[in-house]
Amino acid sequence: MSKPFAITLDPGSSLANKTGSWRSQRPVYVDRLPPCNAQCPAGEDIQGWLYHAESGNYEAAWRHLVRDNPFPAIMGRVCYHSCEGVCNRGQLDAAVGINSVERFLGDEALRRGWRFEPPTTESGTHVLVIGAGPSGMSAAYHLRRAGHRVTVKEAGPLMGGMMRFGIPQYRLPRDVLEAELQRIVEMGVQLQLNCKVADLTAEMLQGYDATFLAVGAHIAKRAFIPAKDSSRILDAVSVLRSMEGEDKPMLGRRVVVYGGGNTAIDMARTAKRLGATEAVIVYRRTREKMPAHDFEVEEALQEGVMVKWLSTIRQAGEDGELTIEKMTLDADGKPQPTGEFETLQSDSLVLALGQDVDLSLLHGVPGLVLDDGVVKVDPATLMTGCPGLFAGGDMVPAERNVTVAVGHGKKAARHIDAWLRGDVRAPAPKHAMARFEQLNTWYYSDAPKTMRPQLDLARRTSSFDEVQGGLTEDNALFEARRCLSCGNCFECDNCYGVCPDNAVIKLGPGKRFEFNYDYCKGCGICVAECPCGAIEMVAEQV
Amino acid sequence: MLRQIEGSVAVAEAVALARPEVICAYPISPQTHIVEGLGRLVKSGALQPCEFINVESEFAAMSVAIGASAAGARAYTATASQGLLFMAEAIYNASGLGLPIVMTVANRAIGAPINIWNDHSDSMSQRDCGWIQLFAAHNQEALDLHIQAFKLAEELSMPVMVCMDGFILTHAVERVDMPTQQQVDAFLPPYEPRQVLDTADPVSIGAMVGPEAFMEVRYLAHAKQQMALERIPQIADEFEARFGRNTGGLVRAYHCEDAETIVVALGSVIGTLRDTVEDLRAGGMKIGVLGIQSFRPFPLAAVRAALQGARRVVVLEKSFSVGLGGVVSTDVRLALSGLQLHGYTVVAGLGGRAITKASLARMLHEAVADKLEPLTFLDLDWGIVNRQLAREASVRRSGPIAENLLRDVGTVASKVN
Amino acid sequence: MNHQPPSSLRSQPPEGVTDDFGAARQSSEPIKFYQTGTFTVGNRLLAPEQRSVQASTERSNSLTSGHRACQGCGEALGARYAIDAAMRATNNQIIAANATGCLEVFSTPYPETSWQLPWIHSLFGNAAAVGTGIAAALKVKAAKGGRKDVRVIAQGGDGGTTDIGFGCLSGMFERNDDVLYICYDNEAYMNTGVQRSSATPHAARTATTQAVGPNPGAEFGKGKNLPRIAMAHEIPYVATATVADLHGLEAKVERAMGLHGARYLHILVPCPLGWGAASHDTIRLARLARETGLFPEFEAEAGEITAVTKIRRRVPVEDYLRPQKRFAHLFADAGRPDLIAQIQAEADRNIRRFGLLDES
Repeated sequence: MSKPFAITLDPGSSLANKTGSWRSQRPVYVDRLPPCNAQCPAGEDIQGWLYHAESGNYEAAWRHLVRDNPFPAIMGRVCYHSCEGVCNRGQLDAAVGINSVERFLGDEALRRGWRFEPPTTESGTHVLVIGAGPSGMSAAYHLRRAGHRVTVKEAGPLMGGMMRFGIPQYRLPRDVLEAELQRIVEMGVQLQLNCKVADLTAEMLQGYDATFLAVGAHIAKRAFIPAKDSSRILDAVSVLRSMEGEDKPMLGRRVVVYGGGNTAIDMARTAKRLGATEAVIVYRRTREKMPAHDFEVEEALQEGVMVKWLSTIRQAGEDGELTIEKMTLDADGKPQPTGEFETLQSDSLVLALGQDVDLSLLHGVPGLVLDDGVVKVDPATLMTGCPGLFAGGDMVPAERNVTVAVGHGKKAARHIDAWLRGDVRAPAPKHAMARFEQLNTWYYSDAPKTMRPQLDLARRTSSFDEVQGGLTEDNALFEARRCLSCGNCFECDNCYGVCPDNAVIKLGPGKRFEFNYDYCKGCGICVAECPCGAIEMVAEQV
Repeated sequence: MLRQIEGSVAVAEAVALARPEVICAYPISPQTHIVEGLGRLVKSGALQPCEFINVESEFAAMSVAIGASAAGARAYTATASQGLLFMAEAIYNASGLGLPIVMTVANRAIGAPINIWNDHSDSMSQRDCGWIQLFAAHNQEALDLHIQAFKLAEELSMPVMVCMDGFILTHAVERVDMPTQQQVDAFLPPYEPRQVLDTADPVSIGAMVGPEAFMEVRYLAHAKQQMALERIPQIADEFEARFGRNTGGLVRAYHCEDAETIVVALGSVIGTLRDTVEDLRAGGMKIGVLGIQSFRPFPLAAVRAALQGARRVVVLEKSFSVGLGGVVSTDVRLALSGLQLHGYTVVAGLGGRAITKASLARMLHEAVADKLEPLTFLDLDWGIVNRQLAREASVRRSGPIAENLLRDVGTVASKVN
Repeated sequence: MNHQPPSSLRSQPPEGVTDDFGAARQSSEPIKFYQTGTFTVGNRLLAPEQRSVQASTERSNSLTSGHRACQGCGEALGARYAIDAAMRATNNQIIAANATGCLEVFSTPYPETSWQLPWIHSLFGNAAAVGTGIAAALKVKAAKGGRKDVRVIAQGGDGGTTDIGFGCLSGMFERNDDVLYICYDNEAYMNTGVQRSSATPHAARTATTQAVGPNPGAEFGKGKNLPRIAMAHEIPYVATATVADLHGLEAKVERAMGLHGARYLHILVPCPLGWGAASHDTIRLARLARETGLFPEFEAEAGEITAVTKIRRRVPVEDYLRPQKRFAHLFADAGRPDLIAQIQAEADRNIRRFGLLDES
């Protein structure tokens, strides 16, 4: 074509005009810390494994998950999912059912027989883990992955700690528990059951390069309640432990549980299933003040458990007659006696007033410092005052639940690993939080949360069948896809599409995007229209 | 083939022979018979494939032609007077983009006051727009020029307007020799656009050009018209060789070799002038006529060559630049710069006023006697004019001059004195 | 070891992942995909044919980088969206005629052009007529053995369409010429400095309808609605869209290119400069224009409405007006609640007239 001068131009000749020079600020892709990740006591990359689950790549999702936590099937049943409490989606419609999806992945792994890979190289060092509960087994898992030789000594006849001996079967079926624990052992962990360590100092001298203590807190706290000899007073810890044995405990028809924590609830619901016609919880404050999780209270009430609020037990009399004093809350929310009394008949009184750590094995350990009944540790490393001796779980100052314990196991393992190499493990710098205000929630489809099915009441109170069901695959996929992917690009192509200057380069599936700063004018539409807030504007250096 | 047909019909048939692909039609007197004729030819299937589009205005007509031409189609339209002005923006656009559109302008006066009869004010108003402007002296030439125009336009990538006097030529039934389709096909090949909108080879046409390149673009248009000065006579020669008659070209001289006085004119009045001059020559006057066919590009050299031997030049024109005087005469004067001769501008026939042999003869006698004013208005009624001027000097009355004059002439009854 | 899954979990092993969430997408139906698929440009989890044209690295980029549009220009975005969709629908057989205006000026300043398809700029008021001419030429060429599948788009801003281009547009409509006309409506003559056009919304400040006097901004009782005028011509297809609804816009372009004859698409394109809005608010404002009911999104064929896009989450007009400085006089000092109420009444009327809300 013989083009007339200046009037007619060749296509795309505008590429010579680098409009990027107009900018006063530029967009950059960022990874922000999703609140679920930040919140998870086990340090799971929740957004990361949900990302894989969303595409139906369940094995990839599971493997991403177990990088941090080896117990998804257990977590999906017993974790209190504080992640969901901070989930940004909660401010949109309802939190993502992270716990449900985690359970699905855990169950899927068990269905499909996905294994943990044993380590490829051995480090040559040997670590002792005392206690095969969640904390100890989590530590064993991570240590084994790092190639260390691990020996786990467990005083009891079975692995699991409080997961086995505290949490009832209707919340955590034992075959699931056993399978997830066994999977760790199969990595090459040496497990010694029925092996109580009485003298830690002596034990540590048996040639271990480091030790992780996770004996838990399995001694029931006692309260002073004047009692007759004939009164049957038990403690919840022992009762629940005995549920694992052949002979189930005989609690009688009318069971009174004293306390307001999750153990009290577990105890009352267990009593119901054992055949108690009446299971009554006596608690000194109100439902709002009760430390037990509200959904557990709700489930208990649905099952017919009764609760006497604002009540304390003053005395355990003849033939199980309990003297109850009514309490009232003062201006500070503390319960105060009213002087009003009543009686309550019981066949057994089970105390669920908290647990203490058995500190006897720690006698004489050099450098160890105790603090209010638990072992003091460096919060950054979980190392005790004794070099090479680490501790975690219920026996150190922390919130007491399985997830926290699992998190401790991972953290301690990582620091043990560093300590063994003579390194100091510096904490990885954390990204800025992915806040709800940074999201553009318009782009997410309307999708209400999927509720997990629940066992009907009749069966719940008559058996130890699992109460909470799991999600079907369709539902789990749906639920995973409700994740907003806060602060982390999930390749929705929005930035690529909304740039008026065609200044975003799409790098390909899994490779995200890049800005073409030759042409980007810094308008900021990409930032505004990124659904998950994974782009921010920074000032240009002029 | 010899035919006795109306000028418009002849033009329509000639345009059809040129195989236009897109014809835009908007009616305005006195061009209507041209587009009507073409419409009939297209609708009957005689002229196909061709798109005949009834557009909504002259502005649309030229715009549609622009689009069609840019997409590689041979495009044609016709207009006059008000219509030409209405498409003025698009006319500049067409030449600016270098699109070889051919358009008939059936010369007609421009209002106000509205007047449908012939003069050259419409074409003259667009003389700077970059279109080639060719003037036909008679219907045969009108017919022939359209065929030559397509060839010229497409070779140079420049639009061409063929000007023919409204009513005088368009509505006159004359004998014309209509070429055959084979003859025209042999003379005029299919349109090969220099630049075209083509999905296989995309370009952007119509960029915004700033101070850094605008002058160059405009100069290049001028340079192209300079090339046209060469090509126009060549095409006329080629046409003659094929069709056997001499029409078109830059200028045509009648008895100028020995003339002391030469009358210069455009369009159909050349015929009247020739007759008048024949008579005057018979009476011994040394007088000739120079007809200009190509007004843009203006053939300065050819005009100078034809006129330089004369003692006086009379430019007889149907156009008028208010506040100055002649339009054509200004251009002619440029051609004669440096030469010593008397120049006279005679403005005649505005708004279709008849130009008679008698008036011409009278005027030329005066010219030859050098008694003519430098600027003369042929057959102007000085009575009316002077009375109006006197009226205006005494009473300031707002309102169009025309109404006042007509009242004076008695055509309009005056309600208020 | 025993690799049997625990009994409590024993069930049918799930088959391979079947994504039956993606139903066939029609022009107004959302994708049944419960993450973002309905609303985002694309998504890694969507089948490629369910993603927008813009999501693909194969998109034409008919208007490529290097143009001189302002930061955040809605028209640049709208033009690329529409033309890329048309190119995809026609296998890249599109010729475009462009009116004078922002789009033309910022895209073709000599020596640079951002267009990658055959494109012509003629004048301000004649884009529709130029389009008619191109379509006519293509018809003749096709009859002579040329390509039969080349299509024509004529485009311009609101000024070039509703005002100075109105005559040519109406002519193209009534002749039913085979041209898709796209109007990029930023509601004023932006390229010349934000002067009022007949598309300027009531009460908006422009340079020729300043925010002074008892009737600040563009006067009520003036203005015209081009989409409804287009419908009155009973042409084969009329649709409105915004740059905030990419899937909808592309579906409408695709639908239009599947038809022949005169078609009209009216796209709302916010102008940060002219509207006095932040450059990053372009899409958000377009979204709010629809969600308030001020800009109804619909399709019509032969003069009758065939589909509307319902409002998803209705908001009061204030949410839309506040971020724009061209409406600042409605809020400054005591503000003009009476004018805001009139604007709200217009939105309410649109909602009623077009049925923009689900009855529930």
